[in-house]
Amino acid sequence: SQQVRGMATLKMISIRLKSVKNIQKITQSMKMVSAAKYTKAERELKLARPYGIGAQEFYKKAEVKGEEGEKGQLIIAVSSDRGLCGAVHSSIGRIVKTDIAANPNTKVVIVGDKVRNILQRLYAKNIAMVVTEVGRKPAVFGDAALVAQSIINSGIEFSKGKILFNAFRTVVSFRTTEMPLYSQNAVANASKLPVYDSLDSDVIQSYTEFSLASLLFYSMKENATSEQSSRMTAMDNASKNAGEMIDKLTMTFNRTRQAVITRELIEIISGAAALETKN
Amino acid sequence: MERMALTRSALRLFSGRFTQACQVRGYADAPSMSLTFAAPSQVLYNNISVKQIDVPSFSGSFGILPAHVPTLAVLKPGVVTVFENDGSTKKFFVSSGTVTINEDSTVQLLAEEAVPVDTLDISAAKELLAQSQSQLASASSEVAKAEAEISIEVSEALVKACE
Repeated sequence: SQQVRGMATLKMISIRLKSVKNIQKITQSMKMVSAAKYTKAERELKLARPYGIGAQEFYKKAEVKGEEGEKGQLIIAVSSDRGLCGAVHSSIGRIVKTDIAANPNTKVVIVGDKVRNILQRLYAKNIAMVVTEVGRKPAVFGDAALVAQSIINSGIEFSKGKILFNAFRTVVSFRTTEMPLYSQNAVANASKLPVYDSLDSDVIQSYTEFSLASLLFYSMKENATSEQSSRMTAMDNASKNAGEMIDKLTMTFNRTRQAVITRELIEIISGAAALETKN
Repeated sequence: MERMALTRSALRLFSGRFTQACQVRGYADAPSMSLTFAAPSQVLYNNISVKQIDVPSFSGSFGILPAHVPTLAVLKPGVVTVFENDGSTKKFFVSSGTVTINEDSTVQLLAEEAVPVDTLDISAAKELLAQSQSQLASASSEVAKAEAEISIEVSEALVKACE
């Protein structure tokens, strides 16, 4: 019965070994794919950065301030549909949760399924809109414009707002950042607005709508780059861990195999010895 | 004699300071305008000092010089002309966007799409115009009509830019 157990353990170990080897192949190929997507995303981000930073300049120079009104707060959480990318989605979800706990009068527009799954359980009634099919292809301005248009069309009103996303720093690090969003009212009440000449509400409305799309586009680009680099790192670590497991399992496999052979030899030899002594 | 030497040295001191003061005023007199002209997928100017920018906007086409009054404007489809510091001029066609002129003479020109005018193909532009006109004729809903009208406006501006 010990022999049988040895063989069974051998089979189990070899099955386990095969599956971990497959996992390592998959994570390695996912890492390659992420690396390619990351290179493209970083290139596009570099081209989008002046645009994104330029879009924030007016609000800084005109010293627009968010208002503390009864219309509450709007958070646009930028993430994506796909996981296995480290802490990218969970960091956003965590900050949204603490924010809603601090200001219950908060509406959240979620871009991407992953953060929706995080918030669905406890904060479902704060979720105003969810955007799906995000992350498969690189974002273009048209996508951001579509989201911005939906937000505008839905008539969500807010006194102050922010876009939560992961700003890309380096291949191995990103930082969860927020970009402020201002309502038309906040712009109209800006301290330095009188400095600006010949502004009517039409111009302010067009300006805030366009900059909503621009800021959203920029945050999507930053987030995509952070996500791909984070996934690359995560899959690299997973491949390394799988490699370690394979080494350990191979060691155990060989040891078990040798033990089985040794046991068989012992049985054969002791059987032969018993026959000899009988003679 | 002594007095002359004194006055001469005083004059020398004075004149030195005077030219220095002139120099300082000289720098202050040459205002600069820093332009950031970008589209979502490309950067045309990133905080570059330029002499003048002509922009087409819905409140009329206007030229921006250093120390222009701060303002915001919405861009109309048309040609943006940038006069650079070395005297050269560059023209770009923009589809839409916004322009911000701030108090410190920084200008942010954010265009949805911007291409150099010499990359435009006039025959393709005329074709687009014909297409948009037929689109308007066959448009049924208000939204479709508005979209066709926007398309016509852009293609008309494109054709004008090519000529």
